Amino acid sequence: MAEVADRKVVLRAEHVAKTFGQVTALRDINLSLHDGEVLGLLGDNGAGKSTLMKIFTGYHRPSAGRLYFDGKPVHLRSVSHARALGIEAVYQDLALVNQLNVFHNMFLQREAVRGGFLAILDDATMRRRAREYLERMGVNIPSVDADVARLSGGQRQAIAVARSVYQKAKVLLLDEPTAAMGAKESAQILDLIQRLKEGGGVAMIIIAHNYAQIFDVCDRINLIEGGVITFDKPTSETSVAELTDMVVNEYRSARRNIGRG
Amino acid sequence: MRAEPAAYDETSGPRLDRGPVERRPLAARIGRLVLRWREASILVAGLLLALYFQSTNSAFLSNDNLANLVDYTATTAIIAAGEAMVLVAGELDLSVGMVYALAPFIMYFAAAAGVPMWLAVLAALVAAGLVGVINAAITLLLDVPAFVTTLGTLFLINGFTLTISGGFPVQPKAGAAFMAVFGGDVWARLAWAMVVAGVLQFVLRKTRFGLHTIAAGGNLIGAAEVGVRVNGVKARNFILCSALGGFAGIIDAFRIGSIDPLAGGSEIMFAAIAAAVIGGTLLTGGSGTIIGAFLGALVLGILKDGFTLSGVSAFTFDMILGGAILVTMAVNVRLTRLRDQGRG
Repeated sequence: MAEVADRKVVLRAEHVAKTFGQVTALRDINLSLHDGEVLGLLGDNGAGKSTLMKIFTGYHRPSAGRLYFDGKPVHLRSVSHARALGIEAVYQDLALVNQLNVFHNMFLQREAVRGGFLAILDDATMRRRAREYLERMGVNIPSVDADVARLSGGQRQAIAVARSVYQKAKVLLLDEPTAAMGAKESAQILDLIQRLKEGGGVAMIIIAHNYAQIFDVCDRINLIEGGVITFDKPTSETSVAELTDMVVNEYRSARRNIGRG
Repeated sequence: MRAEPAAYDETSGPRLDRGPVERRPLAARIGRLVLRWREASILVAGLLLALYFQSTNSAFLSNDNLANLVDYTATTAIIAAGEAMVLVAGELDLSVGMVYALAPFIMYFAAAAGVPMWLAVLAALVAAGLVGVINAAITLLLDVPAFVTTLGTLFLINGFTLTISGGFPVQPKAGAAFMAVFGGDVWARLAWAMVVAGVLQFVLRKTRFGLHTIAAGGNLIGAAEVGVRVNGVKARNFILCSALGGFAGIIDAFRIGSIDPLAGGSEIMFAAIAAAVIGGTLLTGGSGTIIGAFLGALVLGILKDGFTLSGVSAFTFDMILGGAILVTMAVNVRLTRLRDQGRG
């Protein structure tokens, strides 16, 4: 496997800024995501993580700057445009329908159907494909016929991630994938991310508060502060301790600023 | 790697109890069935009521009275099927009872203008569907809650029907065979109700449209995020419900042999919603059954017919009916909770 830094850049933001009226959410973002890379995007609440994610998914359009996808400049017109290119996102609400079973959720809007315009569901095919795929991904669920309401938070997250990847995502954006999860469930999700990474083909940006948790699975860490990327290092050249120092310093300087104000 | 490899059988889906079931007593098995199938509890309630009424009056299961029972049930069941679809999609239609009264007049006026009868029926169904289009447009494009939208169209359509009819009933005219098929014959009415329920149950459970209806009602934002055209799905359910309301009105027009501008209205609308909800469809969206709505209408029909047969006065009848609805619902809510616990 080639060094991550030598690989092709699949998604790049160049001097991206975003303002909402008087509020500047992103000042000047320069970020590159390489083919097959896992990038951890850290930052405090309000640092601009979510805004940046929504620019990548085509939900917001940047006020200034440029996006490149597969080396070519791209204007993401909408979420479906971004999705058609292969940029998928898994939000914290997961977009799963509790009342539907696992395989119907996995194939929602991409159902296997027959009978022409009647669009009769081909449950047997969807059940089989979902089972095969989830087994291959090592996703642990009692049955693909179970309603997702019955599954744990970790299982639901795993299904949402697996669904995005199954839809041939080239870039996968994960918003706090281990939020509100127990240690065991978090470990399962990180396992899944690790397996996806080893499988290759999909580059990921993981947004997280808990950098210690995602550190091992990431190839590179970016820190976003006040709408600017202030830190960008491969995980091999940094450590959880260094990140902790930085976050603590940021906290101290924030306190000083409050003191002055 | 599996969490509970032995506890589940992948092909048969989730099961409540993995213990041996063969040698249980009958009562326990019925209990299990009721817990497992949403529709079973209402079916059992219907059977118990039928047994009760048969025991108090042996005429209950006579041919003549069964025909009465169909009259009490069929058109409510047809509307309930459409209403259940709208409820599963996460919306509500209060105007459907007024569409029930409007559609036969459209058919009558079209026929009076010289249009062939089959085309007049079609025109009436299209007009009924148009009300659904209006309901959908106001609810989905202007973001008005469906409760308010359809309350508005309820009055609007009622006023419109009264205006075009001048407030007087009229008599539908058609060939004998045509009238029999479209509601003149009691078994035709029953057949229509069963066909509508069967087809829509299939649509809801086995087609992409049904899946998207559940998704739109169950998780609106989530469904939209994965690309389901939630507004289109909801609109089609509004239109379907209105069209079925109109169809039910036409059937009853041929049954009674008179088109009354005051027919149906809020009473049949509430009966249809009650039937859907008693049958296991949730008002919160994303969950429901069309067969259940049919059985709900049947239970309401049995209550109404049974009490009429026992000669209960109209005043006490409404009190008993109201009480019966509350008891049925309370029992159903308990059973649903038990069922969910069993699954959890």
